[in-house]
Amino acid sequence: MNPTHAPGEACLTCPSRHGQLEKLGLRIDDTDFIIALAGNPNTGKTTVFNALTGLRMHTGNWPGKTITRAEGAFSYDGKRFKIVDLPGTYSLLSASPDEEVARTFLLFGQPDVTVIVADATCLERNLNLTLQTLQITRRAVLCLNLMDEAKAHGITIDIRHLSRELGIPVIPCSARSGEGIPELIKEIHTVATSGETPKPRALPLEIPGLRGALSRIEAGLKQSFPELPQPRWVALRLLEGDREIIEAVRTGEIGALKENHPQQGIKSA
Amino acid sequence: METTTPDHVLKNAEELRWQLPQNLHDRIAESIYGEAARIAAENVTREGQTRRLRWQQRLDRLLTHPLTAFPIMILILGAVLWITITGANVPSGMLANLLIDHGHPLVSDTLTAAHAPEWLRGLLADGVYLATAWVIAVMLPPMAIFFPCFTLLEDFGFLPRVAFNLDRIFQKVGAHGKQALTMTMGLGCNAAGVVATRIIDSPRERLIAIITNNFSLCNGRWPTQILMASIFLGALAPKAWAGTISALAVLAVALLGFGFAMLTSWFLARTVLRGEATSFSLELPPYRPPSFWKTLYTSLIDRTLIVLWRAIVFAAPAGAAIWLCANINLGDQSIAAWFINFTEPLAWLMGLTGVILLAYVVAIPANEIVIPTILMLTVLVTGAGGGAGAGVMFEPDSTDVVRSILHAGGWTTLTAVCLMLFSLCHNPCSTTIYTIYKETRSWKWTAVSTFLPLIIGVALCILTAAIWRMLA
Repeated sequence: MNPTHAPGEACLTCPSRHGQLEKLGLRIDDTDFIIALAGNPNTGKTTVFNALTGLRMHTGNWPGKTITRAEGAFSYDGKRFKIVDLPGTYSLLSASPDEEVARTFLLFGQPDVTVIVADATCLERNLNLTLQTLQITRRAVLCLNLMDEAKAHGITIDIRHLSRELGIPVIPCSARSGEGIPELIKEIHTVATSGETPKPRALPLEIPGLRGALSRIEAGLKQSFPELPQPRWVALRLLEGDREIIEAVRTGEIGALKENHPQQGIKSA
Repeated sequence: METTTPDHVLKNAEELRWQLPQNLHDRIAESIYGEAARIAAENVTREGQTRRLRWQQRLDRLLTHPLTAFPIMILILGAVLWITITGANVPSGMLANLLIDHGHPLVSDTLTAAHAPEWLRGLLADGVYLATAWVIAVMLPPMAIFFPCFTLLEDFGFLPRVAFNLDRIFQKVGAHGKQALTMTMGLGCNAAGVVATRIIDSPRERLIAIITNNFSLCNGRWPTQILMASIFLGALAPKAWAGTISALAVLAVALLGFGFAMLTSWFLARTVLRGEATSFSLELPPYRPPSFWKTLYTSLIDRTLIVLWRAIVFAAPAGAAIWLCANINLGDQSIAAWFINFTEPLAWLMGLTGVILLAYVVAIPANEIVIPTILMLTVLVTGAGGGAGAGVMFEPDSTDVVRSILHAGGWTTLTAVCLMLFSLCHNPCSTTIYTIYKETRSWKWTAVSTFLPLIIGVALCILTAAIWRMLA
């Protein structure tokens, strides 16, 4: 009967308070964008995943908990995001099965945004993977998780400077308490919908002869596969003798990769 | 030469690779690590050692010290078991009273009042309903206590320390240190433990981890252990010590399982799966205070209820199957009676009963339903529990129905001990077997993983029963 009343409790907890967020859980059909969650083991990827999707995948305080990909979805500002929780890895350089799941998805799954979840208490170790990931994909956001723990350990991080140096947005988070998650969602949305591709820093590879060799292979790749998103990274892998990548080039499978094309066939890992 | 086709590119890369430094891979890794170190140094500031870091280091020294690590680990596992056993007693009795003493006559009478034919009443009330009710009464309370305790420890950061401590043993037997993690996963569910072996890179060590995972007592088997220990072994001790004795007995079985896993790994690593042990690095994560209520909630909802649901899903059709087995006659005996009489000699040798062996055949899909199946078969086939034939009547005021049925079924302490051993060492459930096949893609290794523990279990039970009878 009374049309004007103070907002009740339901309004305060309503998802729309954080810019039209709806946690879609397992409803992962018809999504507009694919988001990958990558990062070192035990940095809280699954906690971030749960916070975004409203799912309750089991988490545990030990590295290697997530072995297979988990998928979920959320919607924000009318766009639907499918989110893929990848197994945690320390690097993308070796060929262990869990690293392959992560690398194959980053390369062949063609995520629109890759959220790199890093442990703020040991940034250096986490930056190794961050830098490697940035060689594969440019559309990335660094989610600096476990900020509460870093604070308890007396660690402070210059977020703005770090962001400038890496060339990608950096969002401080404490996923367990949900702190920073709304900002992260907003940033994912921005990166996914904006036409601009961030320009992450390139690796300084001061190895004699490498620069020239890379340029030659890169040029060859560009001719064979004009739409290949990261020819330089593929060239580097070829020079290192990476069997999976060599095979993908030989069969031409790598040519199916195009930048910014969501809903590409995802190679099952 | 212009490089145009993919083959050209590959050939070119092959040639160029020879002109580059031999250790290209390492040099690339080095330059990445150097860059990471530089960026971190520029952006992170750290105030000396905080109090939190100090107590974490102190705790780690205690939990990973060669002298204190193992006693503390065993003490913690024992404490969790003790809390589970003493805590589950009362609610278990209440649930049995509610669902079986009162619920079963109600369902049965309702069906009779609805003029259901006798076979339908038997199938639904004595089969489906009773099996499901047993599962809930027997499994829910221990699971509702055990899982949250375990999850709290896991979230705190205890598991990686366990893996760290056990690594020394695993290395000695020629297995991979990460097997400690997959085995602790197996304490929840062996199928999950088998999938978890993917964290082990070397195929040889991974196979060892898969084959021996079954020696980790899983969800479905903890209740069997806990129930047997509290009814038969705890009862031998004075009342004040019953809980402690039961906990110690279950702890002993769990440790025996670990021993068998080590022994089997050692055997495999020296015979069919010979090879070098690979090294690995394991990060000890910081201790994190678990968010208590959240952990409690998720482990109750996600783990306890999901496992319980799985048990119910398997128990309901199994209940129907058991009732049919017990009520369809071949000649002058029911199918169940044929099987039980046929296997009785072997069962006697193993210190078990034919009913238990039949229960283990029926319960291949899920270990969770072993105890309910045993109870139902005992009631249906031997007519124990006060009723005759397929009639299921219990003393209405008895809160400890399980105990009275099993005693009526002719069980002794030896039966309980052998059942605990057989529950530890027998074939994995069908889900795990299927998972093993999916992970190994080999029928041979699937068969080895299935039959190896079964053979060990049969031998172990026969040996135990023989020694027991010699001494008794």
